[in-house]
Amino acid sequence: MLKKTTFAAALLAATVLSGAASAKTFVYCSEGSPEGFDPGLYTAGTTFDAAAHTVYNRLLEFKKGTTETEPGLAESYMVSDDGLEYTFKLRPGVKYQTTEFFTPSRDFNADDVVFSFDRQLKADNPWNKYVAGASWEYSAGMGFPEVIKSVEKVDDLTVKITLTRKEAPFLANIAMPFASIVSKEYADKLQADGKMNQMNQQPLGTGPFAFVAYQQDAIIRYKANPDYWGGKQKIDDLVFAITPDASVRYQKLKAGECHLMPFPNAADVAAMKADTNLKVVEQAGLNVAYLAYNTTQAPFDKPEVRKALNQAINKQAIVDAVFQGAATPATNPIPPTMWSYNKAVEDDKYDPEASKKGLEAAGVKDLKMKVWAMPVSRPYMLNARRAAELIQSDFAKVGVTVEIVSYEWAEYLDKSKAKDRDGAVMLGWTGDNGDPDNFLDTLLGCDAVGGNNRAQWCNKEFDDLVTKAKETSDVAERTKLYEQAQVVFKKDAPWATIDHSLSIVPMRKGVEGFVQSPLGDFAFDGVDITE
Amino acid sequence: MLRFLLGRLAVLIPTFVGVSIIAFSFIRLLPGDPVALLSGERVMSPERHAEISAQLGFDRPIVIQYLDYLWGVVRGDFGTSIVTKRPVVDQFFELFPATVELSLCAIIFAVVLGVPAGIIAAIKRGSFADQAMMGTALVGFSMPIFWWGLLLIMLVSGMLGWTPVSGRISLMFYFPPVTGFMLIDSLLSGQAGAFKSAVSHLILPTIVLGTIPLAVIARQTRSAMLEVLSEDYVRTARAKGLSTFRVVGVHALRNAMIPVVTTIGLQVGVMLAGAILTETIFSWPGIGKWMVDSVSRRDYAVIQGGLLMIAAVIMLVNLAVDLLYGLINPRIRH
Repeated sequence: MLKKTTFAAALLAATVLSGAASAKTFVYCSEGSPEGFDPGLYTAGTTFDAAAHTVYNRLLEFKKGTTETEPGLAESYMVSDDGLEYTFKLRPGVKYQTTEFFTPSRDFNADDVVFSFDRQLKADNPWNKYVAGASWEYSAGMGFPEVIKSVEKVDDLTVKITLTRKEAPFLANIAMPFASIVSKEYADKLQADGKMNQMNQQPLGTGPFAFVAYQQDAIIRYKANPDYWGGKQKIDDLVFAITPDASVRYQKLKAGECHLMPFPNAADVAAMKADTNLKVVEQAGLNVAYLAYNTTQAPFDKPEVRKALNQAINKQAIVDAVFQGAATPATNPIPPTMWSYNKAVEDDKYDPEASKKGLEAAGVKDLKMKVWAMPVSRPYMLNARRAAELIQSDFAKVGVTVEIVSYEWAEYLDKSKAKDRDGAVMLGWTGDNGDPDNFLDTLLGCDAVGGNNRAQWCNKEFDDLVTKAKETSDVAERTKLYEQAQVVFKKDAPWATIDHSLSIVPMRKGVEGFVQSPLGDFAFDGVDITE
Repeated sequence: MLRFLLGRLAVLIPTFVGVSIIAFSFIRLLPGDPVALLSGERVMSPERHAEISAQLGFDRPIVIQYLDYLWGVVRGDFGTSIVTKRPVVDQFFELFPATVELSLCAIIFAVVLGVPAGIIAAIKRGSFADQAMMGTALVGFSMPIFWWGLLLIMLVSGMLGWTPVSGRISLMFYFPPVTGFMLIDSLLSGQAGAFKSAVSHLILPTIVLGTIPLAVIARQTRSAMLEVLSEDYVRTARAKGLSTFRVVGVHALRNAMIPVVTTIGLQVGVMLAGAILTETIFSWPGIGKWMVDSVSRRDYAVIQGGLLMIAAVIMLVNLAVDLLYGLINPRIRH
């Protein structure tokens, strides 16, 4: 009897296995848990990978592998002559996903677009505060409440968005994950059922994958959306296996328990490249790491002091020690892959002698300063402590004594904003939308002093150039303005630019069709497995 | 007995209030605030900050916030996570079974190996076996969990391919959770191979989490046994001509077990602390990692609620240990 049962079990197992083998399941060993599934509510890339790039679409999308926008749910758009009205023609026949929790009765239309924006922008919209502390942080951070005057339905397939001022980065902004389009029909149903918070737990959109289930901190399951307007996916199921530790992700990849992983340890990359079962793709990340002086405090208020200190830093040594070569020393505040990057700008050459002379000429002797090192590893700076130690020894060579300080991350971010902060802060930035404005104005504009502008640097010439560029829609014209702004930046040296890191993605050899995003997103539409 | 139980339960209430005050105030003493963290590296304007703080009720006097929180707890409402926007209780009960399952397996592993090892070491005091076992226990006790976990993964999963690397069950199996205990749910699912997969996923985390308690229990059992074995009644039992098995197994062990049971009870707290690292290494979706993430995100509601619920569990375990004494040693009757 026992034998019979065992045989039956074995047979059943074999059936399940063969069934599983015929369905193509792509497993992504993601680095963390999504905070929720409504992309509008959050700011973290991990959440966007799980919610925005799988389940949802936006009016415009970033073309794969670039920061250029292309038609998404909007087939085309027109901009009025004054640059304030954007009229979007919507894609007809786009179906919402049919899931176990909701069956749509209509296609995507203008009501969904109006609803998706209104819920983020209008305080009187019932969805504006549908969960506790819904702050629509990204929308606010990109200035949508001030920039967008109205979002109106013209007809079922036409939407007009009116702005309060000219805003050249607007089109890139609406391609960002937080501007994902949600279904009004689904929202109405949830509201009627008194289950509004399900919008953040059971997402439903028009994207390539339909949400199936999320087991907290463990697994997210999706199935390919058979009705996807961009065509059916080559894989049947997509699984996010949440694996927070990078070494464990690597072991899982090696063992074939997942097909692709993000954020490997720099130390593991060489072994990954040598492994015949794996392949590794690399791309310059859209990021920068910097050391921001406090330009309001003596002696760092003098550009010549900052310049002299910049000459003392051996960036190549930092890149070698911290990234094992997987980064490039930074010259400008924007990465070389971004349009308008000014190649003509020359970096402050590493020259301790010149640095020493520069400091002497500026009347600086026996300088003691603090260098803030981040307590966490970020894509643009894997080991801030190590980098700070290298800077400490570089500065010691020119007679500057450095005390390295660090705080817990939340405290670090908060304290480093203070206008009267003591010391130079190491920090960085990963671009949101590929627009130079997202670096230059966000991090160095006068409005950002006391906030993102950790150098507390307000330079009128720079600010005028950047503001003008923001209001100009002609890309060639904008490029010129940003190039000039980079020259001003380098001359005044509010930061020591440290590095732009590479984004490295290891995967199984049989993975096809994965395109790395310069924005750091992990999107799996179009991937296939051949092994 | 009933009086004892009621007395102990009455003591739990002030302890519970104390824990709630500590949990509530300590997280607020940490610099960095949850509202600013919502925007990540991006900076929030002071006006927005004030608006969202008000929305979350952080602008009210601290005492009012505490009383509001306590009133919620009394009604079974432990608040809503600032980050996930989900009720803390829901998340706790979703994640807690995973921690309990792992901790139970680890404690069983530690007891099943630790107690016999301690007994053998005590009986064969000074022998090679004794020294080898106690030496190993010392190594186990000093093992850094993170390093030990990764080492086992690389060796057993990576090189030998005997066990899966991480997770609770193979991704091939999918069934909605019923009890949250994967061993039980995999059986209930009726899917062939699911239970075996769940067991294989438990092996390494159990060993890693159980290593330190195993070492502690083995050492404690050995010293308790040694003490008991030198007692007069043991000598009497031996003189009566009883077999070594009866002398050790019946007469000595029962008395030696009292401090060991205390140790096992205390290990539950250690286990929950160790679970944080073990859960991170093995991508085990339990409360340890959840709590740590919440501290770095300053998710007040989760930290307060989670700590309170964990404290309640530890207090109940300790109560159970106290009750166990009476069963083991009839002289201790409450």
